[in-house]
Amino acid sequence: MMTLPWLDLPLIWAGLLGFAVLAYVVLDGFDLGTGILFAVEHQPDDRDVMVNSIAPVWDGNETWLVLGGGGLFAVFPLAYAVIMPALYPTIIAMLLALVFRGVAFEFRFRATTRRGRAAWDFAFAGGSAVAAFAQGLTLGGLLQGIRVQGRAYAGGWWDWLTGFSLLCGIAVVAGYALLGACWLIWRTEGPLQQRCRRHAARLGAAMLVLIAVVSLWTPLLNPVFSHRWFDWPGILLTSPVPVLVLLLAVGFYRGLALRHQLTPFLCALGWFVLCYVGLGISLYPNIVPPGISLWDAAAPPESQAFLLVGAAVLVPIILVYTGYAYYVFRGKVRHGEGYH
Amino acid sequence: MTDAVFLARVQFAFTVGFHIVLPAFSIGLASYLAVLEGLWLRTGRAVYQDLFQYWVKAFALVFAMGVVSGLVMSYEFGTNWSQFADRVGPVVGPLMGYEVLTAFFLESGFLGIMLFGLKRVGPGLHFFATCVVALGTLMSAFWILAVNSWMQTPQGFRIDAAGRFVPTDWWAVIFNPSFLVRLPHMVIAAYLCVGFFVGAVGAWHLLRDRGNVAARTMFSMAMWMATIVAPAQIVMGDIHGLNTRHYQPAKIAALEGDWETSTAAPLILFGWPNMQQERTQYEVALPHLGSLILTHQWNGRVEGLKAFPAADRPYAPVVFFAFRIMVGLGFLMAAVGLASLVLRRGGRLWRARWLQRIAVVMAPAGFIALLAGWVVTEVGRQPFTVYGQLRTVDSVSPIGLPGIATSLAAFAVVYLTVYGAGLVYLLALVRRPPVPAEAGPPAGVPIRTAGITPGQTFGHPSAAE
Ligand code: HDD
Ligand code: HEM
Ligand code: HEM
Repeated sequence: MMTLPWLDLPLIWAGLLGFAVLAYVVLDGFDLGTGILFAVEHQPDDRDVMVNSIAPVWDGNETWLVLGGGGLFAVFPLAYAVIMPALYPTIIAMLLALVFRGVAFEFRFRATTRRGRAAWDFAFAGGSAVAAFAQGLTLGGLLQGIRVQGRAYAGGWWDWLTGFSLLCGIAVVAGYALLGACWLIWRTEGPLQQRCRRHAARLGAAMLVLIAVVSLWTPLLNPVFSHRWFDWPGILLTSPVPVLVLLLAVGFYRGLALRHQLTPFLCALGWFVLCYVGLGISLYPNIVPPGISLWDAAAPPESQAFLLVGAAVLVPIILVYTGYAYYVFRGKVRHGEGYH
Repeated sequence: MTDAVFLARVQFAFTVGFHIVLPAFSIGLASYLAVLEGLWLRTGRAVYQDLFQYWVKAFALVFAMGVVSGLVMSYEFGTNWSQFADRVGPVVGPLMGYEVLTAFFLESGFLGIMLFGLKRVGPGLHFFATCVVALGTLMSAFWILAVNSWMQTPQGFRIDAAGRFVPTDWWAVIFNPSFLVRLPHMVIAAYLCVGFFVGAVGAWHLLRDRGNVAARTMFSMAMWMATIVAPAQIVMGDIHGLNTRHYQPAKIAALEGDWETSTAAPLILFGWPNMQQERTQYEVALPHLGSLILTHQWNGRVEGLKAFPAADRPYAPVVFFAFRIMVGLGFLMAAVGLASLVLRRGGRLWRARWLQRIAVVMAPAGFIALLAGWVVTEVGRQPFTVYGQLRTVDSVSPIGLPGIATSLAAFAVVYLTVYGAGLVYLLALVRRPPVPAEAGPPAGVPIRTAGITPGQTFGHPSAAE
């Protein structure tokens, strides 16, 4: 196969996979968040509207998760082979939760009894919440570091379970619920939209507190992280992050107050992107902290180059037709009227 | 033999066994829907549109289940088979990456339009979306079968110092020797699964109401499928067997139940391959036919299991019986196809209730044969994950027995509940006869995922049936 010596393939792939995971987090974030909001939205009609606002796109959103996992397997197999056993319980919990919530899309409309319907509504909400929580635990478990010996996980059963990972779990649930509320402000109207503004205001505040706590805790986990964040010249890169978070907060609450449709959603997305960049700064150049770097984990260049050719051509095409699908289903979702 | 490796295998077999049934359903049904919509646009006959609307609901249901079961698969290589992932990832990972990029995104990107978009984009673009979804399911089969075939007949790689498989020739990896026989065999299998399921639903409604035009149409379409494709599958299976004899002779020996290498190998119809005594007990056999089928020569040489070290032999009884189930059902399907062809003369197809009853009973036949086929293929590859190169015991994750046992139990409970409910809903959908003007829900009914669904309103179970 061709080798491309002048390209740093692992770095390019880290960027691409980073993009895939970010795309997953924001896209499935708002649709898992919509499910989480079932906890506070009980009206059957409202719930139908909520589900219908995401029904045509959820499958596409979840595909980014397949790309994240599949991509890791393909281009950083060592990382995949270490992370999955280390975080086994959180990954399995996430997958099972996604099974429940994925089938609930169809099943809740197929149930013929009130009990059945309620059960699948519960599966939808519970699946969404557990999936989000498990993703947070996974993130926390990864950030705090994984014990490795040779080429395999060397830790115990419960290494992933710490105060930090629990906090990350809560933060992800709150963050996704926020995205869900903002999505619904954009895509619905009337009393439901109004209530979502209130949910968003509260969740936004919670989110800010959680961002602050997680950001202060992360550098304590590992001296490398704190050097990165607080020492010159890293601080040049990191200091704008908190400032931007606050600027977005101003935009967010102004948008809510002025009853903008889309501004709160965009600001919430902005928060996610910033947190994500912060994470990237902490992790780099490792893919599995503390010991496995991008280059250690990389598949041979033959493998990385082969898939990169396809990704370079196909990812832009995917973005175009995904955008088109969102465009087809644009506009407000109303009661009793659907996509037909 | 309840060690961690064994439980990991059971878990993989269990989850992939559930998964494979659903994609096979989607592959077949997506193509069927594309054909129905194409016929509708061309002929303008309402019955095709009705059938499209009827089956698209089942498709939405099955597809959702297929997607989430597949999601589990893509992480299971890491959770249960991390040594496999680390070492073989460089070869099979990129192929699965291509599957995501060329198939999964395509399907999921256009699925929304296919299910809910008819009024929004118009018939032309909608038909395009349906075709793209069907194409996506076939692409998916292409890549995943390239992966699986490579694991059966690996080539185009070298092994580096860390023990990793490094690809040296991608073309050789993808077009490995068994790929181009496995792919058509699997795609045809998917078509037969759906053909017999649709045929059973058509037959069921014909038994109730011989005049139902939509039921007649689907029954007839399904029977054409049986007539043409079931015999093609037998031919394809024969080719597959020749290929396997060449590349995986131990598997053939196991599925035939042959222990001694012979130039006059019998065809064993029935028996019990005994792994300890190294012979097949209670056998009922026809002389020479084994050699004839496997080599296409009366005195062809066929290796027996004793030609392979005991540690390299697959567990023969499973392979042996699974193979007979698949082949038996294959011939039964072809017989149904033939009977339907004969009955077409003079319109007896609608009156022959015995055939319709058989068709109803054969609803799961395709799926059973499909699973049996995979069991032959996968169990027959043991004790290797990458045939001849990497053993199953060297593929497993460093996860202890309790962890795998717990997750296996969780999978079992969740899958049986969730997919059990899915089956109930699917059967409820197809128990309702297809009616004219299948399209469009009554005004005021809350919309559902399959936006074109009429019927069942929440709170009015009476409207359900
Ligand atoms: C991409 C690869 C792939 C694909 C498409 C399949 N399998 Fe597989 N299968 C494996 C990759 C694999 C594996 C990872 O290689 C396993 C796990 C352990 C092993 O020995 O092979 C395996 C094991 C395995 C076993 C256990 C074998 C034994 O313990 O002796 C069964 C019964 C199946 N599979 C069944 C299936 C079925 C019904 C499939 C139909 C879809 C299927 N497999 C597709
Ligand atoms: C271990 C093997 C397998 C893995 C890891 C796997 C992975 C996946 C994943 C992740 C999905 C969900 C895609 C989405 O989000 O849209 C999926 C769906 C699908 N898979 Fe598999 N798969 C495997 C085996 C197979 C086999 C053997 C076939 C068929 C030959 C197949 C055909 C499909 C198809 C057609 C879909 C689309 C969804 C559906 O139709 O239900 N897969 N698979
Ligand atoms: C009656 C004639 C048939 C013959 C002779 C035949 C032959 C075979 C053979 C030899 C294999 C094992 C290939 C290997 O070495 O791995 C196989 C696998 C398989 N068969 Fe069949 N088969 C027949 C009918 C069917 C039918 C009717 C179906 C399903 C509807 C089916 C579905 C499968 C599947 C899904 C596999 C596993 C995938 C693969 O290896 O292609 N087969 N078949």
